[in-house]
Amino acid sequence: MRALLALCLCGLLSLPATAAQIDLTVEIPSLDVSEYHRPYVAIWIERPDNSVAANLAAWYQQKDTNEGAGTKWLADLRQWWRRSGREQSFPIDGVTGATRPVGQHKISFSSGKAPLGDLPAGSYRLVVEAAREVGGRELLTIPFEWPPQSSQHLSAQGKHELGALALDLVP
Amino acid sequence: MKSALKWAALGLAAVLPLSVQAHKAWILPSQTVLSKAGWITVDAAVSNDLFYFNHVPLRVEGLVITGPDGAAVEAQNSHTGKYRTSFDVDLSKDGTYRIATVNSGLFANWIDDKGERKRWRGSAEAYSKEVPTNAKELKVTQSSGRIETFVTLGKPNDTALKPTGKGLELVPVTHPNDLFAGEAATFALQIDGKPAADLEVEIVPGGSRYRDRQDEIKVKTDAQGRFSVTWPQAGMYWLEASLSDTHASLPQASERRASYVATFEVLPQ
Repeated sequence: MRALLALCLCGLLSLPATAAQIDLTVEIPSLDVSEYHRPYVAIWIERPDNSVAANLAAWYQQKDTNEGAGTKWLADLRQWWRRSGREQSFPIDGVTGATRPVGQHKISFSSGKAPLGDLPAGSYRLVVEAAREVGGRELLTIPFEWPPQSSQHLSAQGKHELGALALDLVP
Repeated sequence: MKSALKWAALGLAAVLPLSVQAHKAWILPSQTVLSKAGWITVDAAVSNDLFYFNHVPLRVEGLVITGPDGAAVEAQNSHTGKYRTSFDVDLSKDGTYRIATVNSGLFANWIDDKGERKRWRGSAEAYSKEVPTNAKELKVTQSSGRIETFVTLGKPNDTALKPTGKGLELVPVTHPNDLFAGEAATFALQIDGKPAADLEVEIVPGGSRYRDRQDEIKVKTDAQGRFSVTWPQAGMYWLEASLSDTHASLPQASERRASYVATFEVLPQ
């Protein structure tokens, strides 16, 4: 009995090893502008037909102000708003959060766990969209295959609202 | 009298097919896609250029704002100045709003006992009281006009988009607040609830003051009244269609004229 239990535990413990992982590094660039506000950023995974497979993150100002912060400008993330945002009610547990400062932001997602969940095998695109108040907007995509057969390092480079974007797939 | 004529002209601008007069009537919302409940402001004008206030304000007596649940929404802070009418709309419920001015009525002209040509414009109810039905050369035209735009808070819905079955109307196949540059949109036109087949539709991008040509897109509706347009670039667009035939729905009228105008916002990818 004890041996059986140990076997089961062992099986459970070995599970995370088979769970594939997505590690993202999103760079918010330092900009020399007279009026700077942290960008709103949405990160999601879409299928080849643009439908959304998983919302990974949405960073926006969490506090409503009389200058109209909060969800008012979420529609400026116009592709995300169209593909997913307008279907949601806010906040989205495990997805929405505060805006991030200039710098590199590492975030990780594991298969089987929210918000990534169980992604069926197939072709996908990682999409990162950033929109800044009185600034610009930029959208970066990185195509990838899921699940990864081997460790992969994929990247894209933003030009104005986003810096370097790295997507590391770990089988 | 001069003022009365001017108002009559404004009314005409709202209902007459645009081939009759050169100006363009429109309703322009401050934004069409919203992520948080709140106000929008709306301008309504008749102008030469799109979308600039340079001719006369649009009269909005026939303003009908339909909310996402189908209920009427009141315009607030309405003001008519020299060049435009402005009003605010409080979007408090999620979904799609239709903001329209709707006009319908009868035009009559005849020759009276003194040999003078008389012109009259009014409602079907007023017609029997005010127009001598046995007058010489009496000609009566039924006219209807709709000028509208669409705004969505949150997720788009179709309740406010249902056609009324009166006049020339647009029935969206593609949602009017889901338009993107480089993508095709499909709509259908209906006249009194039936497909408006083989009708020419003119679509003109805004910002016309800063280019040499209208750059209009002309398409024709098919047998089902449908047409498609691929938006060449992002921006506000003005769409117009009109028809004139002998199928008046009111027995007094021998001719029917109907016009339709909509303003659409096309977003960049």
